[in-house]
Amino acid sequence: MRKLRRIAGNIGFGFGVLMLVSPAILVFLWMLSLSLKTELDNTDYPPVFIPNPPVADNFLAVFERNDFLTYAINSVIVSFSATGLAILFGVPAGYGIAKMKATKAAVVILIARITPGLSYLIPLFLLFQWIGLTGTLAPIVVTHLVITVPIVVWIMMGFFEGLPAELEEAALVDGATIWQAFRHVAMPLARPGITVATILAFIFSWNNFIFAMVLAGRETRTLPVAVNNMLTFEQISWGPLSAAALLVTAPVLLLTLLAQRQIVAGLTAGGVKGG
Amino acid sequence: MDSAASLAGTAAAGAIPRRRRNYARQYWWFVVPCGAVVIATIIFPWVFTLYMSVHEWKLGGGRSWVGFANYAKLVEDERFLLSILRTLYFTALSVLIPMVLGLLAALAFHRKFPLRGLARTVFILPMMATPVAVALVWTMMFHPQLGVLNWLLQQVGIPPSMWVYAADTVIPTLVMVEVWHWTPLVMLILLGGLASLPIDPYEAAKIDGATPLQAFWHITLPLLAPFLVVALIIRTIDALKAFDTIYVITQGGPGTASETINIFLYLQAFAYYNLGYASAVVVVFFAIIIALAMVLLWTRARVKDA
Repeated sequence: MRKLRRIAGNIGFGFGVLMLVSPAILVFLWMLSLSLKTELDNTDYPPVFIPNPPVADNFLAVFERNDFLTYAINSVIVSFSATGLAILFGVPAGYGIAKMKATKAAVVILIARITPGLSYLIPLFLLFQWIGLTGTLAPIVVTHLVITVPIVVWIMMGFFEGLPAELEEAALVDGATIWQAFRHVAMPLARPGITVATILAFIFSWNNFIFAMVLAGRETRTLPVAVNNMLTFEQISWGPLSAAALLVTAPVLLLTLLAQRQIVAGLTAGGVKGG
Repeated sequence: MDSAASLAGTAAAGAIPRRRRNYARQYWWFVVPCGAVVIATIIFPWVFTLYMSVHEWKLGGGRSWVGFANYAKLVEDERFLLSILRTLYFTALSVLIPMVLGLLAALAFHRKFPLRGLARTVFILPMMATPVAVALVWTMMFHPQLGVLNWLLQQVGIPPSMWVYAADTVIPTLVMVEVWHWTPLVMLILLGGLASLPIDPYEAAKIDGATPLQAFWHITLPLLAPFLVVALIIRTIDALKAFDTIYVITQGGPGTASETINIFLYLQAFAYYNLGYASAVVVVFFAIIIALAMVLLWTRARVKDA
């Protein structure tokens, strides 16, 4: 009797877990299904669930039209630059803040996390017009720093605070400069933290929509902006639309699956999120 | 001899703090480059927004000092006031539901079960997915005639909904998308909290014959309270700031039925090019966010005291 109850309990628990993960699974599967079906099947009612047979036409259509490749390259350039620069500036800053216990600097980062992304756009938009940078990728990279730099500084600050100070102190006693102590002692130890910061900064830069939407011209759109434009112009062609959406989000989903342990660690520690 | 030794001793003792102090100052150089970036991209916009908000500032047109006229106009702008109410409505639902679901999910993923790692990864996928891409799929699912959601409702005998195409259902529908997106973040924060809880109280409770529900209510919840408050604050701020999915799915429509503060702000700035007025919206919006965050932080202090 007790055993029976435990089995029933386990089945109930399994069912509960299934309920928790099914919304995620269903939305992504539906995205996949739409992208692999013909236009006829996509607008059929009741809906066709399993593509039969699956077709690649939608993906081909995405690459044929819309300069999709140009936008993909733009996205890659923007996200890599914004992440790289944030690591370059943010890792030493995180170290400095941790060493000086400069909590006031941390408050700036916190407020930056609170401020709506849109509010940076109005002044920066004007600034780029005055400097004459509109129409290039530079303004988009710079605005993405608003997202990536706080993420990197916040994660690295926490990480360096958690490292034991003895090793660096030993290096300093042996005559190393503080830069050498940072470069050759603290940085190697902090590599896991840098990995987490890089992954999260990259994902939130890749996903960002609003900065590029306002700042990008025809040639400088990033993928999220390009995909949103497809929606406005081709209301009903669901197949190519889903194929494009899937292509845009596939890199970050794969990255999440591959690096889930680091991502969970980073997000649990900081509650960071871009934008 | 003696005095020489003590002299050397004092010299050494004096040298160490001075060197330490030097170090502290040298660490500034680690922060300076990043500080410059932060000033240019984050602090400059804050200050400049304040400056713009007291000007009549048209893109491409002139600008003139108007004092607090923009703010005075905001207070009487019914469209803005309604957008505040909508934002609060959206935020209340988008905080409460993820808090409850996130807590349940955290409790589930805290237990060991087969395939737990995979299930947890799948569960956090929504928060990592590109919001625009996901919003597109939702838009297709919301289609009143051809959408898969209405078909699903039909299967369980519920009348079809207009989803985002009717004024009274649009905000709850957008909340659904927001919940789908951000419940994982609440779950992760609470999961981190659960992992840090001590085991002793549970063992003591078991010996005293407490039921699991009692243990949850009297041990887990109180110990988890600080993490709940952190999740609550983060979720509230993010819900107030929600933009991407709302903009992609409805652009504030139908009519202005889903026009939150952020959408109103966007339209003022980049559709009507009223940059001065939009800057005043930013300042008020920021004040609302800070005010709510302060209230929640105050709650946190209360929770800690209790």
